[in-house]
Amino acid sequence: MTPAMKLSDDDFTLFGLPQRHALDRSELDERWRALQSQVHPDRFTSEGAASQRLAMQWAVRVNEAYQRLKDPLKRGAYLCELRGAAIDADNNTAMPSAFLMQQMAWREALDDAADADAVRQLDDTVAADEHALLATLERTLDQQGEPRAAAQQVRALMFVARFRDDIHRRLDALDP
Amino acid sequence: MALLQLSEPGQTPDPHARRIAVGIDLGTTHSLVAAVRHGVAECLPDGQGEGQGRVILPSVVRYLDHNRRQIGFDARDAQAEDPENTIASVKRFMGRRLADLVGHERLPYRFVDQPGMVAIATRAGVKTPVEVSAEILATLRHRAEDTFNDDLFGAVITVPAYFDDAQRQATKDAAQLAGLNVLRLINEPTAAAVAYGLDNASEGLYAVYDLGGGTFDISLLRLQRGVFEVVATGGDAALGGDDFDQALADWALAQAHRGADTAHDKRAVLVAARAAKEALTEAADTLLTCNLSGQPVSVPVSRAQFDAITRPLIDRTLAAVRKVLRDARLKRDEVAGVVMVGGSTRMPAVQAAVGELFGRVPLTNLNPDEVVAVGAAIQANALAGNGRDGELLLLDVIPLSLGLETMGGLVERVIERNTTIPVAKAQDFTTFKDGQTAMAIHVVQGERELVADNRSLARFELRGIPPMVAGAARIRVTFQVDADGLLSVAARELGSGVEASVVVKPSYGLADDQIAGMLKDGFASAEADMVARSLRESRVEAERMTLATRAALAADGELLTEAERQAIEALLVDLARIAAGEDHAAIDSAVERLAEGTESFAAARMNRGIQAALTGRKLNDL
Repeated sequence: MTPAMKLSDDDFTLFGLPQRHALDRSELDERWRALQSQVHPDRFTSEGAASQRLAMQWAVRVNEAYQRLKDPLKRGAYLCELRGAAIDADNNTAMPSAFLMQQMAWREALDDAADADAVRQLDDTVAADEHALLATLERTLDQQGEPRAAAQQVRALMFVARFRDDIHRRLDALDP
Repeated sequence: MALLQLSEPGQTPDPHARRIAVGIDLGTTHSLVAAVRHGVAECLPDGQGEGQGRVILPSVVRYLDHNRRQIGFDARDAQAEDPENTIASVKRFMGRRLADLVGHERLPYRFVDQPGMVAIATRAGVKTPVEVSAEILATLRHRAEDTFNDDLFGAVITVPAYFDDAQRQATKDAAQLAGLNVLRLINEPTAAAVAYGLDNASEGLYAVYDLGGGTFDISLLRLQRGVFEVVATGGDAALGGDDFDQALADWALAQAHRGADTAHDKRAVLVAARAAKEALTEAADTLLTCNLSGQPVSVPVSRAQFDAITRPLIDRTLAAVRKVLRDARLKRDEVAGVVMVGGSTRMPAVQAAVGELFGRVPLTNLNPDEVVAVGAAIQANALAGNGRDGELLLLDVIPLSLGLETMGGLVERVIERNTTIPVAKAQDFTTFKDGQTAMAIHVVQGERELVADNRSLARFELRGIPPMVAGAARIRVTFQVDADGLLSVAARELGSGVEASVVVKPSYGLADDQIAGMLKDGFASAEADMVARSLRESRVEAERMTLATRAALAADGELLTEAERQAIEALLVDLARIAAGEDHAAIDSAVERLAEGTESFAAARMNRGIQAALTGRKLNDL
């Protein structure tokens, strides 16, 4: 029998997946459903309070890992941390000036967007850029094996993600 | 694979030990109770009429003299005659303050603006929405107990997915007050999907559009081999068929150049509007007729006029649908089917608008009034341990983000909406003043950035932080949301270990002793009955626990050493001896001892289950 699983195992081990950024989303989803089918508190309703508590801990742990693994940015940040490169975004705000210029241009475009269609168009542009940055992050982690460089890319992607949140808030406001 | 078998070969459980569990749809307009009987989930009719009876119970309570009350059809029929004491659509007031109730001045009630939750003055005294809801739930509980001629083990109660923590807590309080053991609160669209999905053996992404009497929900669910995963949910907790009635009533009054100022007139025009709305589902034209202050009023209305009057309401639902698709980052053509739930989806304009938005005809093959209760009953049966193991699992989400107030009245989100539950999340904070020894924790729910725009759930204080310079303390605040979607929050200073916590019960949530007092006052049975009932419940629990443990020993006994096995055997013998006695408290503690004594065994078995899930092999192959 394989060694016992622990709540403190890393997310990849818990899900039985290789420790890398590239990931098959449908395989992840499948594992998640299979794990929850085993540990969810509803599976232990007849087994008393002790089992319920234990099941709750496991179900929470499985959901936590799933939330992190399914998001490519969170997954990237987690891999950096696992490999000793802290993200520490609060104390590492320096970004290349070309990147900052791009951010400012986008912010202005959002401010100037006249209607929902213009905002959607901007979102498409930003989404394409985000996609390319994520592909770079995946190469940096999986092929080049450079967690420090990857951590810098993660910090840049965090800017982009925050900006997309702002775009979506704006869309919500335009389509109440 | 069976982690838990309820019986081993040759040891079938006593048939009387089968737990009777029901699903209850506590609706704005009407409520239903359903149960699995002979393997089929069905709504239970009232005792009226031979053989058939009515499954729907109007959610209306009328308070009469001498502590008497009418609940259901009789109360509904008395609405226009006794509007101030006849409470309808009470679900809209659950967990709300008077200021939250838009348009309350048009309702015929004498509202009492209490801190936390609004109440209503009746001839039987001031009643909270929790108490009114408890009357409805108790009626359904008695209906089920009469049907089975036995006590209920528990109930699954449905709530709109969009209900916040305060509304969920109020619903749970009402159930407790009605003497029900709440196995789980589940979201109405999820319940509908269970009923629908199991019926049609569907797989893929489904949208559930649920327009009830007072609430609107839109949920996206992924169905896959017995697992119902809520992907995203949204809606409007104050939008439903009642608003269509109100819009039509306002229009008709304007047409007739009349007003409705008395309680009687307000109710009369609403009842007439509702009847006209229902007639327009079949007919192209109808007449809205009622008596206002003794004068007859009659306004002709066509379906086209009705559709135009109510279009803004439908548009609000469509905006919520688009928002939930955006939230889930899904396109409308990825949706494999649209399920319609709630009586208000009978309106032709609603079906047409939803069909147009998704580009497909919505599914309406199950009765939209019954489908939620039926789904809840299936889940209740599974939670009571009667279903086949591994058949059904609901993975639900929290509908609204949870967060904390930080400096400047801003919200720091701790758990984002649409996160799968159960979930726990911790966030670290620090002190901002030198020598600060206390920190106020203010828990809020909602999507807005300012605290003032969100719902305040609870406040508590962490005291006894050792004096330090500003920014040196590390205070970890942990949010935990259980499988019912209910929140508890704990705060702990990591250096000193001082801690404080709350189970989030909004200030107006009823305290447990208050509920106990109310139970004695009327809803539950006499004291002697209570003792007998407790003993019976304790014995059933002891028997269940014994069977579960024996089954676990048979399936996974080799995980234990001989000494561990003997310790568990000793606890089983002990429990059997005590369960033969009359002391229910002693039985409960023996059950708890067995639960504690098998904890590490349970952990080992869970581990084996996880390994099996990862390798995709059956437990028995390991």
